[in-house]
Amino acid sequence: MKMHEAVAQWRKVCPLDQIPRLGARVVNTPQGDVALFRTAEDEVFALHDRCPHRGGPLSQGIVFGRNVACPLHNWSIGLADGQAAAPDNGCTATFQVKVDGFDVYLLV
Amino acid sequence: MKRTRLVMVGNGMAGVRTLEELLKLAPDLYDIVVFGAEPHANYNRILLSPVLSGEMTLQEIMLNDESWYRKHGIRLHLGKQVVRIDRAARKVIAADGTEEGYDRLLLATGSTPVILPIPGSRLPGVVTYRDIGDTQAMIDASVRSGCALVIGGGLLGLEAANGLKQRGMDVTVVHLMPWLMERQLDRTAAELLQRSLEGRGLRFLLERETEEILERDGRVAGVRFADGEVVPAELVVMAVGIRPNTELARSCGLHCDRGVVVSDTMQTHDPRVYAVGECVAHRGVTYGLVAPLFEMSKVCANHLAQFGIGRYEGSVTSTKLKVTGIDVFSAGDFIGGDDSEEIVLHDAVGGVYKKLVIRDDRLVGGVLYGDTVDGAWYLQLLRDKQPIADIRDHLMFGQSHLGNAGHQGQEKAVGMPDHMEVCGCNGVTKGAIVQCIKSKGLFSLEDVRKHSKASSSCGSCTGLVEQILASTVGGAYTPQTDAAKPMCGCTDHTHEEVRRAIREHRLLSIPQALAFLEWRTPSGCASCRPALNYYLLCAWPREAQDDPQSRFINERAHANIQKDGTFSVVPRMFGGVTSASELRRIADVVDKYAIPTVKVTGGQRIDLLGVRKEDLPRVWADLDMPSGYAYAKALRTVKTCVGSEWCRFGVQDSTRMGIDLEQAFQRMYAPHKVKMAVSGCPRNCAESGIKDVGVIGVESGWELYIGGNGGIKTEVAQFLVKVKTPDEVLQYAGAFIQLYREEARYLDRTVHYVKRVGMDHIRKLVVDDADSRRALYERLLFALQDEKDPWVQRVKGESRHEFEELRV
Repeated sequence: MKMHEAVAQWRKVCPLDQIPRLGARVVNTPQGDVALFRTAEDEVFALHDRCPHRGGPLSQGIVFGRNVACPLHNWSIGLADGQAAAPDNGCTATFQVKVDGFDVYLLV
Repeated sequence: MKRTRLVMVGNGMAGVRTLEELLKLAPDLYDIVVFGAEPHANYNRILLSPVLSGEMTLQEIMLNDESWYRKHGIRLHLGKQVVRIDRAARKVIAADGTEEGYDRLLLATGSTPVILPIPGSRLPGVVTYRDIGDTQAMIDASVRSGCALVIGGGLLGLEAANGLKQRGMDVTVVHLMPWLMERQLDRTAAELLQRSLEGRGLRFLLERETEEILERDGRVAGVRFADGEVVPAELVVMAVGIRPNTELARSCGLHCDRGVVVSDTMQTHDPRVYAVGECVAHRGVTYGLVAPLFEMSKVCANHLAQFGIGRYEGSVTSTKLKVTGIDVFSAGDFIGGDDSEEIVLHDAVGGVYKKLVIRDDRLVGGVLYGDTVDGAWYLQLLRDKQPIADIRDHLMFGQSHLGNAGHQGQEKAVGMPDHMEVCGCNGVTKGAIVQCIKSKGLFSLEDVRKHSKASSSCGSCTGLVEQILASTVGGAYTPQTDAAKPMCGCTDHTHEEVRRAIREHRLLSIPQALAFLEWRTPSGCASCRPALNYYLLCAWPREAQDDPQSRFINERAHANIQKDGTFSVVPRMFGGVTSASELRRIADVVDKYAIPTVKVTGGQRIDLLGVRKEDLPRVWADLDMPSGYAYAKALRTVKTCVGSEWCRFGVQDSTRMGIDLEQAFQRMYAPHKVKMAVSGCPRNCAESGIKDVGVIGVESGWELYIGGNGGIKTEVAQFLVKVKTPDEVLQYAGAFIQLYREEARYLDRTVHYVKRVGMDHIRKLVVDDADSRRALYERLLFALQDEKDPWVQRVKGESRHEFEELRV
């Protein structure tokens, strides 16, 4: 863990328009697969690509508002905090992400 | 900024439910203040009877304790009765002088028990039955035991009488009418009920008018009837009815008749003042049951939240008696008349009586005694005004008889042991469901699903979960009428309203539809977006804009997601017929991409499981076969038997017919998956009887069956029509499927759709009316024309981003 923190840096991923609105892309990183989401308002969020429930790939889910519905059992996960919506209970890791100009950067 | 001030007078179930609904919709809109005359926070008044009988404690029936009010920033004045409303200055004033100003006022003052205007009615020892105070007074009186007399043989009177009896009193019920609960029961049911209560030691005096309550030493000593008879009693409970509490509203000049008069938006004549619950009169009707009150709450909250969509249009109510061990249910017009028909089942010895009243092919009312498990179902049929001709033969025997309620024919929710599993998908037992309902104060099926997970997956145990809910919360449970159910939490519009708007206003994209229909959420949710996308494409084929982001992953990736995130690939094999070269290509693909599992499906084709998403386009290119749509809400397979080409029994070429059907309708999206089958003779080896469209070849032509199902809900398909030629098979099958595409709700299979609209409706438009049939069929062909194979498109590079992963 220390190792990763030590080398964490902003890495350029792709231009924003390569992520569909209300959609996601998968990014392979040294810390595993990260799901990169884009909302209708062009906000970008990044979550570990695993649902806290049964490990479903969140990147494949339907994005609505600032949430994504897991494709396996329809848990709703908040994009900003990785929290499952009540009454479900669980949390998935979030990553820092920013848009600079046309490009999306991920802190890994 | 200062928030709008909302003051609520009355702290009962209807009022607090309105606040709960309001907080869900607009948590920050109001500063809320609540006045409650009782010293308790909000409790479940319906469950006072179990408290009286000692089966539950006060703690168990609390719905919202004081911490709930704190958590939502609501200021609560308990034990303070509001005595005056100053509408000019917009403030309310309580008996102790407390004043609160308002911008919006919500009256939820409930009702007060009727006290007979007879001598002695105010004596100590005479109580009514309305709140915790009354209940406690009865419990205290029962400690001294002795004789209790209950005036009024209605719902409340009988529950009081039963409770007092269980607490050891000697109880007599006096009733003015010739039979008990005359407003809910017919004579036969009432007599069964009376007999059973007599068996528990209650005494009944019918057709007696109470004239005076007698006094000794300043307390009640007994009653005297109009005929002169005197009955001694140490406790008299008056349960002769309730009257809407309109005193406060009247005193400030609001228009009242039997109750506070409200419009369909729950507003009184002063638009700043809303009213809900037992205190209101809506279209001349007052309600004393909890289910309609909750419907009012929902509408009122919607308007308070400034959405302004919902309308309350009155309720169809039902009653259940909450006396443990005695099941009584009644709803609607249970007496009937010259213009109605009755179906009656009467087993006097077994203590079961059921009467259903039918008018114009619709259920209009009913009484159930002794076996009430189907009450919720009948109530739903009643509200939905569903035609019952198709199910009339089985109607009396209940929903389970139609093959719809739970597993293993298990239906008696009440009799189920707690450890018995109800929901097989999520492993939820009856005990867990009951616990969840009680501890979280749930009233709706949706909430029970969310919290307990029961019936939230395949849904086949829905009927059973509903029964458990109904038997746990009693009259508070209203089965939601199908007709009025909103699509999802993002809107109040029903599926039908949304589809109509899309057609009539030529809505062509999801953003357009969301804006036009004033969706509450900016981008819908995972439940409404796929439905909307389908509705748009179905209404405006080749014009509406398909939105891949509103499709479930399977329809976006054109393959079936598996539990480990890999996908499965099923190429189309028309009619289940394949060839050496196809099989060779499949074998080569399996080797080349190291596909771990190859399986023959139930639909006569081959499934390649465990394909990595990024390999999909290359797998499809190498297969060089059409997409089987095994992942989509679309036409899946047309299963066939060998037929007359080889089979010594075959009378029709079922394989050819199957291939023709599959070629004609491939790439057809639908509200849910569509499966077909064609058999070449009545031996029916292709299992046409359990398909959405099943075709059976006979010597003289083809028989068509529709609405069958082999999955969650096994259902035998129903006969639609017999035709002579393969062309007719295509046309009739196509017309039916198009009707289903145009009218079914998203995610309803044909079995649900056929059940909802009835076979008559389908026969009329597909069989009887040739013009309608042709038009339907042409609309289907128009929609399918130019529809491209999604695998071919993706091999060419469409939606490439879907299959490529990024790297850092």
